[in-house]
Amino acid sequence: MKRFGPLSVAVAAAAAIGLPFLLKPFGVYLISMWAVLTIAAIGLNLTLGYAGQVSMAQGAFVGIGAYTVALLTAAGWPFFPAFILGGALCFVIGWLLGYPALRVQHHYLAFVTLAFNTLVFLVLRNEEWLTRGSYGIAGTDRPSLFGLSTDNARVFYFLCLAILILLSAATWWMLRSPWGRAFVALRENPIRALSLGLDTRRYTLMAFALGSTLGGLAGGLYAPLVQFIEPGSFSLNLSFNLLLMVIVGGSGRFFGPFVGALIAVLLPEWMRVAEGYYLIIYAMLVMVLMVFCPSGVIGLFEKAMKPKKPPAAPAAAAIKAEATPQ
Amino acid sequence: MLRTGFLVSLVAASIGLAGTAHAQQKTVYMPAILELSGAGAVSGTNFRDGMLMAIDEINKAGGILGHKIETPVLDTQSDAGTSRAQLQKVLDNNPYVVFGPVFSGSVLVTQLMTMKAEIPEIVGGEAAAITQKNASYVFRTSFGQQFSMPKIANYIHDSIKAKSVAVVWVNNDFGKGGRDNFTKEMKDRGINVAADISTEVGQADFSADVVKLKGANADAVFVYLNEEESARFLKEAKKQGIKAPLIGETTLLGQKVIDLAGGAAEGVQGHVGLTVDAPIKAVQDFAAKFKARYNYVCDHNGIKGYTGVYFVKYVTEKIGKFDGKAFAEKAHGITITPQEEPGILMEAKWDKNGDIDRESFLGEVVDGKQKIVKTLPMLSKK
Amino acid sequence: MASFIQLMVSGLATGAIYALIAIGFTLLWQTSQTINFAQGEFVMLPAFFVLAAMNMGAPYWLAALIGIALSVVILGVLFKAVIVDPMIRHGVLPLVITTIALSLFLKESVKDFYSSQAQPFPALVAPRDLHFLGAVVSLQSIVVLAVAVATVIGLHLLLNKTRLGRCMQATAQNPTVARILGIPVGRMVLYTFLINGALVAIASLLISPIYLAKFTNGEALGMAAFIAAIIGGFNQVRGAILGGIILGVLDNLSAAYLSSSYRGAFPLVILIAVILFRPQGLLGRVEERAV
Repeated sequence: MKRFGPLSVAVAAAAAIGLPFLLKPFGVYLISMWAVLTIAAIGLNLTLGYAGQVSMAQGAFVGIGAYTVALLTAAGWPFFPAFILGGALCFVIGWLLGYPALRVQHHYLAFVTLAFNTLVFLVLRNEEWLTRGSYGIAGTDRPSLFGLSTDNARVFYFLCLAILILLSAATWWMLRSPWGRAFVALRENPIRALSLGLDTRRYTLMAFALGSTLGGLAGGLYAPLVQFIEPGSFSLNLSFNLLLMVIVGGSGRFFGPFVGALIAVLLPEWMRVAEGYYLIIYAMLVMVLMVFCPSGVIGLFEKAMKPKKPPAAPAAAAIKAEATPQ
Repeated sequence: MLRTGFLVSLVAASIGLAGTAHAQQKTVYMPAILELSGAGAVSGTNFRDGMLMAIDEINKAGGILGHKIETPVLDTQSDAGTSRAQLQKVLDNNPYVVFGPVFSGSVLVTQLMTMKAEIPEIVGGEAAAITQKNASYVFRTSFGQQFSMPKIANYIHDSIKAKSVAVVWVNNDFGKGGRDNFTKEMKDRGINVAADISTEVGQADFSADVVKLKGANADAVFVYLNEEESARFLKEAKKQGIKAPLIGETTLLGQKVIDLAGGAAEGVQGHVGLTVDAPIKAVQDFAAKFKARYNYVCDHNGIKGYTGVYFVKYVTEKIGKFDGKAFAEKAHGITITPQEEPGILMEAKWDKNGDIDRESFLGEVVDGKQKIVKTLPMLSKK
Repeated sequence: MASFIQLMVSGLATGAIYALIAIGFTLLWQTSQTINFAQGEFVMLPAFFVLAAMNMGAPYWLAALIGIALSVVILGVLFKAVIVDPMIRHGVLPLVITTIALSLFLKESVKDFYSSQAQPFPALVAPRDLHFLGAVVSLQSIVVLAVAVATVIGLHLLLNKTRLGRCMQATAQNPTVARILGIPVGRMVLYTFLINGALVAIASLLISPIYLAKFTNGEALGMAAFIAAIIGGFNQVRGAILGGIILGVLDNLSAAYLSSSYRGAFPLVILIAVILFRPQGLLGRVEERAV
């Protein structure tokens, strides 16, 4: 893992920068979508993978961020303040959604967040005075940066990529700070964490707030990427899809969401050679993947690497703990 | 990652390659992006089947200007973001025209792109907004709601002579658009909207809605729902004994709803934009061919797909080349009659916004069959 | 008043359907920690088994039996052997993802291999309406209600009055101790999957005449059953029927008297309140399982 890691990251980074020059606009759109959804999945990975708080409402936060940007830019705001406000709004709402997590855990928390997601959908659809209801909002402009327009698909992709890199660096840094360790402590054994003097209350809320913020920021990019948003885009389906990205990629692993989003965005596209049956095949592949590597693709890699390196890395130890039946 | 890129280009190439694979025959690339999965699957499938039937007929007869039509069908999953991706994919291969989508949200996101690329888009969407955005490359295959609702409104005003009306609508962009246009028309005619009842997609139990309807005691009830929901609503309305006439627009009087609702659809009346039961021989022949080929009864979306292809064929043969820009110029203001192009089924005219004008019908369900009682002339011929 | 009774009666009938689906959902959770997000599709599918059998010329009663049998084998045995068993020791979430993928798989398969169009479905009983205190209720709804109640009573008797049932309960409450006591835990878990397979098939037969058979039917049904199961108590079979009926009645009352565009919101608000203030559900026990 130690030697393999940096190398694959370097290859991936080179690909992320080089690819748009090889791809047609369709390919560029797809990898832009990948970058945007990866940001949202990183957020969910923070809440779910690291802090162990099951959230099924990440799609709602993407929606809140997207609507904030679409509505404010339509009202004449410049993009970046709207983008940041969307993230901030999600921080506050995410913090509030964290309160139920102080009372209930695991599947109960999943149900609460699932209900919340549907409530957000209903508000987006019904409050027409604010959100334009089921008509949706068309034509959100792509932002311009220092006078440079990002109308061009490739330029906009690089904006998404830059924000993705910035946010993943911030997440990386945070996970290595005492905060990140507190999150993991929360997941592994909340009672011990509490007895060690950790303010579990604050960290639980923070795990929700930060994860939701990333969801909101992803939404802020989704609106100008697709240039049409409607309530239906942010229903439970999106939350399920984001959950799928985190789990399939490898929950609690830093690069899991990157791989997971890649699979969720590209796999159905590749399967389209099977024409009408592509979704059937995609669903089958996801099931097969889950049956054979329940710890996700990154988990599979780690397993493959492990026999060669007996001194287990902390991450590898975590899988071992997960793999043993409870 | 690198393999990823390779595969993406492979997939992209495979679509382009499909054209060159049987390149002995010259082809013209006219892809379709349609709702084949998700909430719009029924509409998208009907549109696709009608469209493919027309394409097969044309190809058998030698194609358009000697070119065979090549139409891969791409699924939008009834989602705007996916529609945009799929449209981008086909735009990368320089299509002549694009068919679909049917969902209005998906049309709104794609029509901006086809306009920029100067590629005509033959859509199935009915939201009023589609042709109100100066998108000069979008062409409808059926009435927009801004044209169908006045016809319903006239019917309620002139024939039913209702003073008050209740509206039951499905709360998505299709239903909301219909409801908004309808209530506006009611207000213009001084008819009171006594109850305004929103229902959910996939709703199972309509008892609360029918109870509210009874309470409103309106002279007529306008029902604007999808097929299964229409059928469930009709059953419940019959059960609770709603006496006021039930008025619908196209869907409610469709054969599918009549079959699904059993006897409960009896006596339902309203306006039908496109119907396989139209008293026109060409339409009925088409319906029979469709039924024989696909083993189900085609709805209005099937007619949209079928006539859309013949619309493209006719305009292309008039301009004599595959040029999207020339197509758009020629198609705005064109009138096509079945004498000139039998596949158009009914005389149709496209105005400068891409809106379509046709004859339409007032119908009624009698003995488990849709019966056309009156043919409404084209708007431009009044 | 008549309209109030109408709403209650209709809500009761719809709620019974939700309850029937919620019971199986609850059973799977209890014995195998499976949150089955494909439960709605499980109810959608058997109707198509029946239709396919009838298309091959089988009379309705035979087709119905075939449908139930196929459902028990495919949605019970196969589901457990192929999907749940290999995944169960990896925790709840990978299995959740798998059932979400399974629901997509089932929907798409029915659409591609049968039809995307809604299909009329033969009714079990004649389409007759009964008048009752000024309200109208269809005979079908009464049959659904009766079957749901009978199923719950039957299950209750099975679980509490028979040795087999007590073994199943022991398995649900503490598999480790159950194993020590010599209970064949694996077989007990299998039984719950068989019961769920049969329940969804029965639900499918009962409701398809009302809802029509269509590949998307599972979406709304699955969500409703899910909400019903949680409100009633996720670990109690009895809770599921209360949850289903609350949901059916509440949906009608809120649509009629509060707001029809927010009708979907009221059950969710109740769900959140139940989880926060009585997480074991209205009729549930506190879970004593040491996870």
